[in-house]
Amino acid sequence: MAGIQFDGVTKRYPDGTEAVKKMDLSVEDGEFMILVGPSGCGKSTALRMIAGLEDISDGELRIGENAVNDLAPKDRDIAMVFQNYALYPHMTVRDNMGFALKLAKVDKAEIDKKVEAAAETLDLTQHLDRKPANLSGGQRQRVAMGRAIVRDPAAFLMDEPLSNLDAKLRVQMRTEVSRLQQSLGTTTVYVTHDQTEAMTLGDRVAVMRGGALQQVATPKELYADPVNLFVAGFIGSPAMNFFSAEAENGKVRLPMGEVDLPQDLSGASGKLIAGIRPEDFEDADLVGEHRGSGFEFEAPIEQLESMGSEIYAYFKHEGEAASSDELSELAADIGGGDLPSDAHGRAVARLDPASEVRQGEKARLWLDPARIHLFDPESGHSLRTREKEPA
Amino acid sequence: MSERARSERKLAWMLCAPAVIAMLLVTAYPIIYAVVLSVQALDLRFPDEGGFVGIDNYVTVLTSPLWWQTVGNTVFITVVSVSIELVLGMIIALIMHRAIFGRGLVRTSVLIPYGIVTVVAAFAWFYAFDPETGFVNALPFVAEDMAWFGDRFSALSVIIAAEVWKTTPFMALLLLAGLTTIDEGLYEAAKMDGANAVQRFFRITLPLMKPAILVALLFRTLDAFRVFDSIFVMTAGSQGTESVSILGYNQLISRLNLGLGSAVSVLIFVLVLLIALAFVKGFGTSVPGREEEE
Repeated sequence: MAGIQFDGVTKRYPDGTEAVKKMDLSVEDGEFMILVGPSGCGKSTALRMIAGLEDISDGELRIGENAVNDLAPKDRDIAMVFQNYALYPHMTVRDNMGFALKLAKVDKAEIDKKVEAAAETLDLTQHLDRKPANLSGGQRQRVAMGRAIVRDPAAFLMDEPLSNLDAKLRVQMRTEVSRLQQSLGTTTVYVTHDQTEAMTLGDRVAVMRGGALQQVATPKELYADPVNLFVAGFIGSPAMNFFSAEAENGKVRLPMGEVDLPQDLSGASGKLIAGIRPEDFEDADLVGEHRGSGFEFEAPIEQLESMGSEIYAYFKHEGEAASSDELSELAADIGGGDLPSDAHGRAVARLDPASEVRQGEKARLWLDPARIHLFDPESGHSLRTREKEPA
Repeated sequence: MSERARSERKLAWMLCAPAVIAMLLVTAYPIIYAVVLSVQALDLRFPDEGGFVGIDNYVTVLTSPLWWQTVGNTVFITVVSVSIELVLGMIIALIMHRAIFGRGLVRTSVLIPYGIVTVVAAFAWFYAFDPETGFVNALPFVAEDMAWFGDRFSALSVIIAAEVWKTTPFMALLLLAGLTTIDEGLYEAAKMDGANAVQRFFRITLPLMKPAILVALLFRTLDAFRVFDSIFVMTAGSQGTESVSILGYNQLISRLNLGLGSAVSVLIFVLVLLIALAFVKGFGTSVPGREEEE
């Protein structure tokens, strides 16, 4: 087992485009690290550089103590789970899982023992002599995992391993992967574009955009304290609402009205972008004793989505839409207009299911000023974390 | 059967009819007519001595040492040329598959020999190896007075070389088609599993190409078994280089013995059929990932 260090690692293609730009990242021994970001952000390229399937143009990559820039994949002692599983169609499950050991000239009895143990863990025992074509998607996925496990490598690399499964199975396998990683304690680097996977699986999450790391933090930190607009908008579902705002003298003017800023942001001034997570709104009637500490406003409810355990209320506001490069890139990635705070002055609030707001009527909403995020519209940086942003 | 299903079936027959009729006229009729001729004593030099002779012609052919020698020649040419073609074709296919630049140019230029008419190619090889006109005897390490077509083994070698030169591109192209169907991800997985290039070839590429290899071998074996042009041009069957096709031709056209010649033709047909059957049986078990129903 070993940690993985990126030291200014860059991937440059012959035409000059940089898929990964001067990446510095340290994955601790035994850590479950997630690389997440929209498609084309360089997360898969970064993973494939660890695997040795892509050359490293610049910088140094270390696995354990050794620089591995020039090592062939087979000499790096790592196992990889591919998005499409890449199972050998002409081999049985047993042979697929034992292939690496066979190549390493491990004793046959030893291979059988390891393969059977892995099959037991993954509930594949009765499928050992079948070929991949006769397995279901979930079973194939488990064989791919098994192929990695039997080798007992220094690290696992997983490239969107769950993205080919249907939604229900994906949730199930997510738990499985997490359980497996915890029991094995093997360093794991996991690539996904799914922020739910990122938040639920990782010890730490590295958010990437355009080949550059944006923020590396625990899921909790990432959610509570995003360093910039991109991370703020990417993590969380429904996404954070963004409003154009103006701060002055410890207050910030939002489309809904003027709100007192929390202590740590009281120095802010000028044109800014305010970010408020949907759950930081509430139906004013349900806030109870905290009602006085927050800010109340009235807004027309355009649409309600009841999820059972919560209600998403889409409301209109009068302010102009917040605009920044990062936000438009984010919107383009998610498919355009999917950010609740789109150009039409709409925002979403996550309300308690007991709420009695009605579609098409005005409702009194409440927001918690202490949870407001403020961002510089030019750089996209969060004002709260400006001091401790990564180099 | 419903009215609709019946009329649909009728339409299907009508749509197929032209093709079926054409097939019957150009394949079934000649085959059947050859079988009919093969059971008669029909020698155009003695047109009056005809008549039904049963399997006499077959007995004559099958008990003749000449027939077995030509079968031996044919099998030898087929096995040797197809084996060499398979190896060379595989190498060329791998090169074409991995070619980074000039892919189109490489593929086109490799195909050129296959585009040349067999007889023309055979003449080219014949003149190249002819002691009077050819350049081969002028090459180093080749005896200046080497008579390539004066000896059975050397003549067969030149014939095989000409066949290999001409049809390797075809083999390569069929194999390339098989090669491109293999998922690149499997090679990456194999690299991660620690397989080197040789292991990747023998453990991933070859097993997954089995269907393509079988198709290529089937086509080439059937083709090679009917070898005619090269032998006809280079030796005309002298020095014991006759193939079964040359034997049939000589019986039918040179000696005008339609009965015996037809018997030879029918026997060739049966042999080709057996080869094809053997291959087709092989296909059934060759699809990767397929296994018996559970």
